Amino acid sequence: MQLLTSLIDGLLIGFVYGVAAVGLTLIWGVMSVINLSHGPVMALGMFSTYLLFTNLGVNPYLALIAVAVFGLVLGLVIYAVAVHRVISAPHLSSLLATFAVNMIIIGIGTAVFSTSPHNIDFSLGSIYLGPIILPAARLLAAVAAILFTVLLYLFLYFTRPGKAIRAVANNRMAAELMGIPSAQVLALSFGIGTALAAVAGGLIATFFPFTILSGGPYELKSFVICVLGGLGNPLGALLGGLLLGGLEGLIPTFMPVSWVPVLEFGLFILVLLVKPSGLLGAKT
Amino acid sequence: MKALQRFGFWLPVLFILIWGLYILTVRQDSAREQAFTLLMFVGLASSLNILLGYTGYVSFGHIVFFGLGGYSGFYFLSAHNLPLLLSALLGGVVSAILAGLIGLAVLRLRGAYFALATIGVNEAARAFVSNFEPFGGATGLFVNYSVYQGFGGPGPALWRTFIYLWLIVLITVIISYVIKNSRFGLGLLAIREDEDAAMVMGVKAPRAKTLAFMFSAFFPGVIGTLYFFKNGNVEPGDAFSLHMSIEMLVMVMLGGMGTVFGPVIGAVAYQGLRGFLLTSPLFKNLHLAIAGVFLLLIVLFVPAGAIGWLRERFLKLRKVLE
Repeated sequence: MQLLTSLIDGLLIGFVYGVAAVGLTLIWGVMSVINLSHGPVMALGMFSTYLLFTNLGVNPYLALIAVAVFGLVLGLVIYAVAVHRVISAPHLSSLLATFAVNMIIIGIGTAVFSTSPHNIDFSLGSIYLGPIILPAARLLAAVAAILFTVLLYLFLYFTRPGKAIRAVANNRMAAELMGIPSAQVLALSFGIGTALAAVAGGLIATFFPFTILSGGPYELKSFVICVLGGLGNPLGALLGGLLLGGLEGLIPTFMPVSWVPVLEFGLFILVLLVKPSGLLGAKT
Repeated sequence: MKALQRFGFWLPVLFILIWGLYILTVRQDSAREQAFTLLMFVGLASSLNILLGYTGYVSFGHIVFFGLGGYSGFYFLSAHNLPLLLSALLGGVVSAILAGLIGLAVLRLRGAYFALATIGVNEAARAFVSNFEPFGGATGLFVNYSVYQGFGGPGPALWRTFIYLWLIVLITVIISYVIKNSRFGLGLLAIREDEDAAMVMGVKAPRAKTLAFMFSAFFPGVIGTLYFFKNGNVEPGDAFSLHMSIEMLVMVMLGGMGTVFGPVIGAVAYQGLRGFLLTSPLFKNLHLAIAGVFLLLIVLFVPAGAIGWLRERFLKLRKVLE
């Protein structure tokens, strides 16, 4: 029973990891940019939720809508300032440009919030499902994560801008020839990617304490998840998130918790070497 | 040796030679500490440049060799009481061998996939060493005080460490120059431009890449041992800091990737800027943000770096700057 509880616990967090990874993989899939500012944006999502909750008393789950809008705008700004000029340059340029954004956000964040831990004091108690006890915050976070993923799916498949994003991801040149303004589409995808990161950050903030540096480990997890699911494949990223969350829930019941990252990154390298297109076999 | 007649060879070599001699004549502890950090980054950036600048493979995990080599060297030093120089060289050899093994697997990946894999290698190594008992687990290893007696006390030991570091950095820069101007180096440059075309033209790309990876891993291993000996301890957080790894990329980029003198200048400039920002009362809190803005401007507007820009702009300088 303990096993089942840890598994479900891990899977619930996995949904949240999945949302962050979907953002990262969307950006990669559309413009082949590895966004190294993903982690700090997640940290900003945590702090926006925190500020809205402590200063204005907004319910953290309601605050997510504001956080998503904030993330979208932030993403558009980052794209315009840092990414647009290096979009067709070698990988090193876009990696370093997004890392520069990472440094700027963390630098300003450290000056404003310091690096001491914060937490959102908003308890929902626990939910009992027969013999399984689950913290309600995690259950709600998973529900919110699923909701955002469904919204993204509907957006990508049933709206015009969403279809334009998929067209550009498929073949930017051909999309441009069909009259799709690729610069705007790229900016929008970057915005949606960072919005998802900010939302994931906001969700994590509801059950873990955080600092401005907290985004880093989650960014690394997002890399692992994206590779597990296949870079550029949003559905794969969500399933990869569940896989990673499940592993994180189960591994500590068999061995010391400090071995979790060894296995995670070991798996990551193994998948990259054996099947770089991801366990779910995304088309490259 | 044709290299000895080239100004491009003498500029970086004399720069480091005179710098070290100056510190040795001044004999101030604070000046030595500052020069130690700067020289260390010069060596690290130059060694990264052998892989990044010449073959074009972006490694985010260069620090892993600094950590693993440093850990192994430190282990030989403190657990087996080997002399410092021998331990450091052994640390370098261990790094190079590990690089060979890792490279055989990881260098098959290209572009962003390679970059991601190196992040994974670094994080896996950090997590593994944190759990590895012979290396002291999460708390790391400490210097055994009896080691200092061989040097006649901690003070002389630190000076000796500095001299070793100075010499190894000098060798790093010389090797970096020699590789660039050798047949092997030309093969690496061809891989950077177009790996498939290079292979068609007869460059044995897998072997050349792995060798370049091993060369670039040897020096961080040696430097790591010396650095951790100077600090007196080694722990996983210091040894595998992803942030430091990216800072090395910034230094190479700043000076100009693929040039010999670029990483030297880049490392000095970056560390100098950071030192200035950290100590100035006005920018102290925002030093990271300002360094970020600076990096962004360089990536966006001067992607060739300082030396690369000078070479592009003034054709005459191409004979002088290498």
